[in-house]
Amino acid sequence: MAPENKLDKSKMVVVEGSYAVAHAVKVCRPNVISAYPITPQTHIVEDLSQFMADGEIPNCEYINVESEFSALSALVGSSAAGARCYSATTSQGLELMHEVLFNVAGMRLPVMMTIANRAVSAPISIWNDHQDAISQRDTGWIQLYAENTQEISDMTAQAYKISEDKDILLPSMTCMDGFILSHVYEPVVLLEQDLTDEFLPTYEPDHVLDPKNPVSFGAFADPNYYTEFRYLQEQAMQKALKKIEDVANEFYDVYGRYYGGLIDEYRTDDADIIIMAMGSIVGTIKDVIDKLRDRNVKVGVLKVRSFRPFPVEAIKNAVKDAKVVVVLDKNISLGLNEGALFTETKSSLYNTDVRIPVVGYMIGHGGRDIKVDTIEKIIDEATEVMKTGIKIESQFTDVKEELL
Amino acid sequence: MKILPGGVCEAGTTRVNKTGGWRTFKPVYDYDKCIKCKLCELLCPDSSINPRDDGFFEFDYEFCKGCGICANECPKDAITMVLEEK
Repeated sequence: MAPENKLDKSKMVVVEGSYAVAHAVKVCRPNVISAYPITPQTHIVEDLSQFMADGEIPNCEYINVESEFSALSALVGSSAAGARCYSATTSQGLELMHEVLFNVAGMRLPVMMTIANRAVSAPISIWNDHQDAISQRDTGWIQLYAENTQEISDMTAQAYKISEDKDILLPSMTCMDGFILSHVYEPVVLLEQDLTDEFLPTYEPDHVLDPKNPVSFGAFADPNYYTEFRYLQEQAMQKALKKIEDVANEFYDVYGRYYGGLIDEYRTDDADIIIMAMGSIVGTIKDVIDKLRDRNVKVGVLKVRSFRPFPVEAIKNAVKDAKVVVVLDKNISLGLNEGALFTETKSSLYNTDVRIPVVGYMIGHGGRDIKVDTIEKIIDEATEVMKTGIKIESQFTDVKEELL
Repeated sequence: MKILPGGVCEAGTTRVNKTGGWRTFKPVYDYDKCIKCKLCELLCPDSSINPRDDGFFEFDYEFCKGCGICANECPKDAITMVLEEK
């Protein structure tokens, strides 16, 4: 049973989501920050620049760069030299980092980066969906998705702790929905300096770039060596599955707040229909579920916090007693007509004794509102699937036929 | 080479990356034509031309991948590329 979330209301302040993240980064005591502003991430780096200008982040360097590619490249060197590094980006900025993302992961540098999720071009859109981060799923970064402002703030400290573990040493992306979380003002308990110092000790790497003790980061590897690097990276990813759970519990011990480890379940104990989703949409679904539960519809929601590493076992255990699983994706794998979470969920259940129908919906692309009515409609359709079997496996929702 | 925890390697990993097996053409050195100008040593991308005490050179065939830059740049044609016998 998950521990109860204790929020101290006397410590709550109403701040913008971006400020909560910037504040969390500040108390994590980074040594190097490098980021290039891009909507809707801009407020995070603006707040951090303000902290820097006010001298509130000691022993820290803010490197101004001319693009996201350079922002992450600067952190490759800084992190290899032993600094705790931070960056933030979104959408096209994240895609511009693509090449460097592999280098950071392959060099096993525990860089932490906040992604304010946004749709990708073309057509150009600044609003939220998950396509940008999902496009980077195979780069070897840990990807965590937050449901609300409180969670993204606390996830910042958790991600550093996961990444910097000596068994893991993988970079992390913490993903927050652009605008929906980044620009909204919510009551939040900000991370406190003394508790964070206790939770997150100073980063002390075993190997750093040091002329007196030379080592190679990101060395040339011919076919005799390359496989072993990838093998070790995947092993670290598998170890991260347990570490993410452990860190969530350690965080609870220090702060008294818990959001689930790899996944979080809400009213799934006796549920026939389980809805799976990532990010802020989970909050909306919870409200719909409360409403439908009053009408005796047995439905629950499963929030996926960790998309990479993908929690295969946890999901299998969570859905095994359900009669139908519905997966909502704010992204699409073009050419497969499916969202990524849907594909991964299906593949997790294949070759197991858990044989339940899984249906997928692609929803909320380019920031289209995800309405309570739509989710109710989806649950109605899932009830049909329970009776008659799957008719359409994966589909778009809310397509405006009149525009086509 | 040993991969240290975290995917880091010890320094000097170039020495394990022997490119001699890639070679199709092999440089052959004519001592009589050589004027010891050192241009070939300077231009070799694999550092596989090593100077000797007497001012002449020796090829390290474990690392020479047969690119032919030395032969191309030698002002006295002291180096010729010949097909490697397998």
